[in-house]
Parts: sequence; C-alpha cells; structure tokens
Amino acid sequence: MTAILLPVIVLGGLGIVFGGLLGVAAKAFRVERDERVEKIESLLPGANCGGCGYAGCSAMAKALAEGRSMPGACAVLKPDASNQIAELIGLVANVAKKRTAQVLCRGTCEHVAQKYQYDGIVDCIAAHRYGGGDKACQFGCSGYGTCASVCKFDAIHIVDGIAQIDPEKCVGCGTCVSVCPKGLIEVMDADKRTVVKCKSKEKGAALKDICKVGCIGCKICEKNCTTHAIRVKDNIATIQYSLCVNCGVCVEKCPKQVIEWYER
Amino acid sequence: MIIDLVLLSITTILVNNFVLVKFLGCCPFLGVSKQVDTAVGMSLAVTFVMTVASAATYLVQTFILNPLNIGYMQTVAFILVIAVLVQFVEMVIQKFSPALYNSLGIYLPLITTNCAVLGVAILNITEQYDFIYSVVYGFSAGLSFMLAIVLFAGVRERLETSDIPEVMKGFPIALVTAGLIAMAFLGFQGLKFN
Repeated sequence: MTAILLPVIVLGGLGIVFGGLLGVAAKAFRVERDERVEKIESLLPGANCGGCGYAGCSAMAKALAEGRSMPGACAVLKPDASNQIAELIGLVANVAKKRTAQVLCRGTCEHVAQKYQYDGIVDCIAAHRYGGGDKACQFGCSGYGTCASVCKFDAIHIVDGIAQIDPEKCVGCGTCVSVCPKGLIEVMDADKRTVVKCKSKEKGAALKDICKVGCIGCKICEKNCTTHAIRVKDNIATIQYSLCVNCGVCVEKCPKQVIEWYER
Repeated sequence: MIIDLVLLSITTILVNNFVLVKFLGCCPFLGVSKQVDTAVGMSLAVTFVMTVASAATYLVQTFILNPLNIGYMQTVAFILVIAVLVQFVEMVIQKFSPALYNSLGIYLPLITTNCAVLGVAILNITEQYDFIYSVVYGFSAGLSFMLAIVLFAGVRERLETSDIPEVMKGFPIALVTAGLIAMAFLGFQGLKFN
C-alpha cells in the first residue's frame, strides 16, 4: 500500500508546493501590464496587414498605448473605433475622416456597346491586354472583378458589368486602386461631395456612340460652376475639391448625369 | 578536480555533442535555426535553464526521491521541476530585467518541454555525477546545444540564398545539412584524454 501511496503523496506534495510557490511568485513578481493594449488591440481591424508600419495589429496596439503612433496610421480603422482608441490613449478629437473607394465609371452593360465577345480568363488585367477589353469604351470598367477579388473586406461586387463598392463595407485601404488596369478607382473622403463618374478621354461625338452615360466634355459644368472648381481637359471634367463648395449646380446641369452626389 | 571538470565540458561540447551526437533537442535545433540571432537567443535560454535545472533536479533526486526509494518517479518529478523552474525564471526575469525578457522571454516557454533539458537531468543521475559535476555538465550541455544550433543557423542563412533544386528546398536540405554537420562532429570521437 505504501508503495503506491508514497509516490502519490510525494509527487502530489511536490506539485502542491511548486504550485503554491508559483502562485506566490506570480503575485510577488507581477508586472504591471498596460490594460489599454488589449482594449486597443480588440478595436483594431485584426487583419495584420502591416500598413501602419508595425509588425501587426498587436504591435500597433502597443505602439499606440505608448504614444508612439496615432490611430490615423491605420488606414482601415473605422472612425468610431478610431475615436474610442483616441479616447483610450488620451487624444482628443483627433478624428480620422472615413475614406472610401469610388469606381469612376457608370458604364453598365446596358449603357456601353460591346466591341467583341471576350471568352478569356475572368480577370480585368487579362481582358485589358486584348485591345483594352471587350467593352467599346477603352477607359471604362471592364467588369471582370479583379478589384473584387483583391478586396479583403468583401466590399466590391460586380453588378451589371461594372464594379460597385459598398460604402458601408469599404474601409478605404486602397488595395483595389493599384490593381485596376484602367486606373478607375480612387479613394476619397466619404463626406458629401460631387464626383465625376467617368474617366473617358474620348471626344464627345465618338463617345456618344459607344456609351450613353459618359462625359462628353460639353463644358456645361465648367461654365456653370460657381467657384470655377471644374475644368474640362482631354474631354473629361475634373473637380478641384479645394475650390468646390458643394453647391450642386454641376449635378443639376450635367446633361449626361455624369456628375453625381457622393454621399454616405 | 578542475582539470576533470574542464575535460568533462570539452567532452560534452565536442565529443558527445547533445544535438549532433546524442540527438537530444532536435526540435528547436530544426525549428529555431533559421536566423543566427534567434538561434543565439534560444541557446542562451537553453543554457541557462539547463544549468539551473541540473542543480534543481540533482537536489530533488538526492534529497527527495532517493531517501524515499522512489527513483522510478524520476521522469515525472523532473518534468514537474523543470516546468516550474522555467515558469519561475520567466517571472523573475520579466520583473527584474525587461530587456533580458524581451530577448530571451519568448524562448523560455518553448524550453519547458525540451528533451535536451530533461535529458541532461536524467544523464546526471545515471552518470552518478555529484552536485558540482551536474551543474558543469548542464552548463556544457547548453554550450554544446549553442554550438550546434548556431553553426546550423549560419549554414541555413546561406542556404536561403543559394540555388537549391525545388524539391530540396526548405526542410529536406536542412535535414541533409544537419546530417552532414553531425557526421563532421563524429570526427571528434578521436579525441582521447589521458
């Protein structure tokens, strides 16, 4: 009997003694950890994209807690999370404006003529190699969804042959911007503003034949703009946002409704 | 006495190298040997834990297990002691030397179940070393681990940039390299001390 009990008692005793020692040691050598680090980490996106320059979200959280970084350094941080973090680390009103991506084309299947039947790889870059894609407009969205496939936040979907961005899901990380072979996607502040939803440099007469909703460079917006914020160059209107006062005249006057309110 | 201890450590480091001849601690040897920096950190931690564990397990064996005649519980008891020791050391280092903790700390939990540490503790008993011999043996075993893993990490850093056939990339070439280094260490078997 003792042959069984003795080792049980001895090892059990050792275990209890060591456990107690560790418990005491844990109390005695407790290191004050910054509680905010965990809270901040839970507020960060957790995608560990590294865009902030730190090794991942936990490294960023540590840097934030130690005041070495700002919430704004995280491109994909949602504004309310940003505000909560700012509160945690004692920053006031350092509100990061929400930015979202915009596809500057309205050329859905029904609006744009087709040049040829494309049966290749379902990828914008591949399609773009064959004469600029199958759509008659070489500047417009070809709709093969390369942007949608790179979006990590499920914010881009192809609807009626063009990419549509869900402003609720979009975090403005800009991954899609660099993959679009047509350069159609731009990341901009998500506040109320006017947007020219076309990138075509085609002359008006030629464009009318291939796209019903493209900018024809008629300059009506340029003439009517109250603050001279719009310039038409290369048959395409561009808005200088530093001058724009959001009066909305261009939206009303544009005969093709190319200029839209972008409001979230 | 001193000469014996020096000979013991030379033998442990070169002739009976823990990793390359005894094949103990192969897991960290392959796992943490991609960069020389991390290999040095890991092996410093191992050396430290081995030295302390040798002392602690010797005491446990001599003053608890042997008098009660339950030497067969050696493995369980040693694992318990080593695990507690590592945890304790981790806490102390974290408290008193954050710099050391940052460089060593991440490796400490990995060492808890490192078979080389348990191996050195058990070998101390089977070889019937006394307290001082045990500590020296533990320390030299750590150094032998360091020698092996740092050499290996140096080779692996070079391998990263060399032109290796696709099928051999990664672990295959690492294992072949480990084998070659182990064979090279067999050369030390010829060392004789009289």
